[in-house]
Amino acid sequence: MTDNNQVNRGKRRFLIATTTAVGAVATVASAVPFVVSMMPSQRALAGGAPVEVDISKIEAGAKLDVEWQGKVVWIINRTKEMLDTLPTLRDRLVDPDSGVPQQPKYCKNLTRSIKPQYLIVVGICTHLGCSPTFRKEEGAADLGADWPGGFFCPCHGSRFDLAGKVFKGVPAPTNLVVPPHKYLSDSKILIGEDTKGA
Amino acid sequence: MSNKLTALLNWVDERFPLTATWKTHLSEYYAPKNFNFWYFFGSLALLVLVMQIVTGIFLTMNYKPDANLAFASVEYIMRDVSWGWLIRYLHSTGASMFFVVVYLHMFRGMLYGSYRKPRELLWILGMLIYLCLMAEAFFGYLLPWGQMSYWGAQVIINLFDAIPLIGPDLALWIRGDYSISDATLNRFFAYHVIAVPLVLLGLVAAHLIALHEVGSNNPDGIEINKHKDPKTGIPLDGIPFHPYYTVKDMVGVVVFLVVFSVIVFFIPEMGGYFLEQNNFIPADFLKTPEHIAPLWYFTPFYSILRANTFNFLWVPAKLWGVLFMGLAVNIFFFLPWLDRSPVKSIRYRGPIYKTALTLFAISFIVLGYLGTQPVNEIRTVIAQISTVIYFLFFILMPWYTKIDSTKPVPDRVK
Repeated sequence: MTDNNQVNRGKRRFLIATTTAVGAVATVASAVPFVVSMMPSQRALAGGAPVEVDISKIEAGAKLDVEWQGKVVWIINRTKEMLDTLPTLRDRLVDPDSGVPQQPKYCKNLTRSIKPQYLIVVGICTHLGCSPTFRKEEGAADLGADWPGGFFCPCHGSRFDLAGKVFKGVPAPTNLVVPPHKYLSDSKILIGEDTKGA
Repeated sequence: MSNKLTALLNWVDERFPLTATWKTHLSEYYAPKNFNFWYFFGSLALLVLVMQIVTGIFLTMNYKPDANLAFASVEYIMRDVSWGWLIRYLHSTGASMFFVVVYLHMFRGMLYGSYRKPRELLWILGMLIYLCLMAEAFFGYLLPWGQMSYWGAQVIINLFDAIPLIGPDLALWIRGDYSISDATLNRFFAYHVIAVPLVLLGLVAAHLIALHEVGSNNPDGIEINKHKDPKTGIPLDGIPFHPYYTVKDMVGVVVFLVVFSVIVFFIPEMGGYFLEQNNFIPADFLKTPEHIAPLWYFTPFYSILRANTFNFLWVPAKLWGVLFMGLAVNIFFFLPWLDRSPVKSIRYRGPIYKTALTLFAISFIVLGYLGTQPVNEIRTVIAQISTVIYFLFFILMPWYTKIDSTKPVPDRVK
């Protein structure tokens, strides 16, 4: 600068703008490790590994609770009477054809399962994450004479049938989630992993 | 004051504005002379804040933020730590009383139009404090790791799941795991004991600075700065905060502490409203309690969440619930601009505003009560009607405050 009183305003503005911009980029970049540190850790990821379950011991009409990824997964050995209720409920369900992808493709069917007998669903209500109770008794006094058996969420009153399909007029928006799973043998299943391309 | 002390004070004043600060904020802060009992709640909120910080520090000395140890460590505080039960009950009662005091403080603002120009920013800062307080209460409630801690947090975090596209990943990020776990507990502890309190303290300081900049409102809603003594520049209807209001507030503090002590020593659980029965059972991810309800101070908003049972415009009921709940809390931010009345205080307002405010207060209490109860069809309908009244109070405010009749506001405080 030859003249001390002559300030180059354009240059000054450019320097302020570039310094601010570079500083902002650096600030955002340095925030990334902190934000990412809050995602599940390697240990939590490992804890989310698939779980092997022996299903041969479940009595007819009974439910088995299994932990997978810190969530409860239900395995229900449905009786023939239970399965017979499913086709009759079409008109009372929000999504009878399982159009919303709450299940792997191989479970997009009437019973929402690979083998009709065994229902495998995540036992967490799709409304706000409570765990519904298994109410298999038909016409239970507190649930009405037309109750076909299914799952009832005590928190906000959501109802699901014995295939985990949500009834109309309850707060839960979608059917219960069917986790990816596959049969290792007739008596063993693996929850959390399926056959690719299935 | 002795000469040596005066000399010391002078020495400090040349290096730090101690006397000046004392004067600006206490001995020469002129507050309207007509404060009534509604004006206790600001200073009481400050008292509870200090109490929560002190008792909180002592609780962290024995609490363990670990999913395997947390529940037992709280019981250890209650049974084995000397006076641990007192410190814990002071903290748990303090949490509820904080909201009692803050809700009354906010209602005072609505009665006397304390949010109106030039106090809009003061109101907004207060609302930010309220949001921080809600976050603080939510994070703190997970720490005892009881059934309600666990399932309450499960329900609230699942609200984020409803946000389209980013929802599930956001919920995963908040939890730090596929479900609420040790990772979640540990980070909630960090938020509760350091992150949120720091922000809260900063906001409280800003709230006070803003208050002392614009001056306090009063039950008449008259600006006392309009009439100042021409010689001294002191408002004619103002009195120094210290000693006049510091002494008055001490009376409020004594009454408050009497009530507070009765709760702490005789009914610390308040019949399940301050400490829920289900929270004396350790968290169990396999079993949801029969009936989940948040603590009483969240129940009005929880009711609004549950009242949304209609799928509408391709948006599922769950998302509507979340949106309306968020709006119910945040709509208070807009009060300064929704209110178009020419007067501030309820004393000079007409019948329409008085009716509207009464209906609003009733709907808030009804929603609060319903939020503590299990749902059934009748309660859902009542909650839906109350929700509509709640929102109409705000949405119609620009019109009814404008057409409402008003009484002439006196020039000076009587």
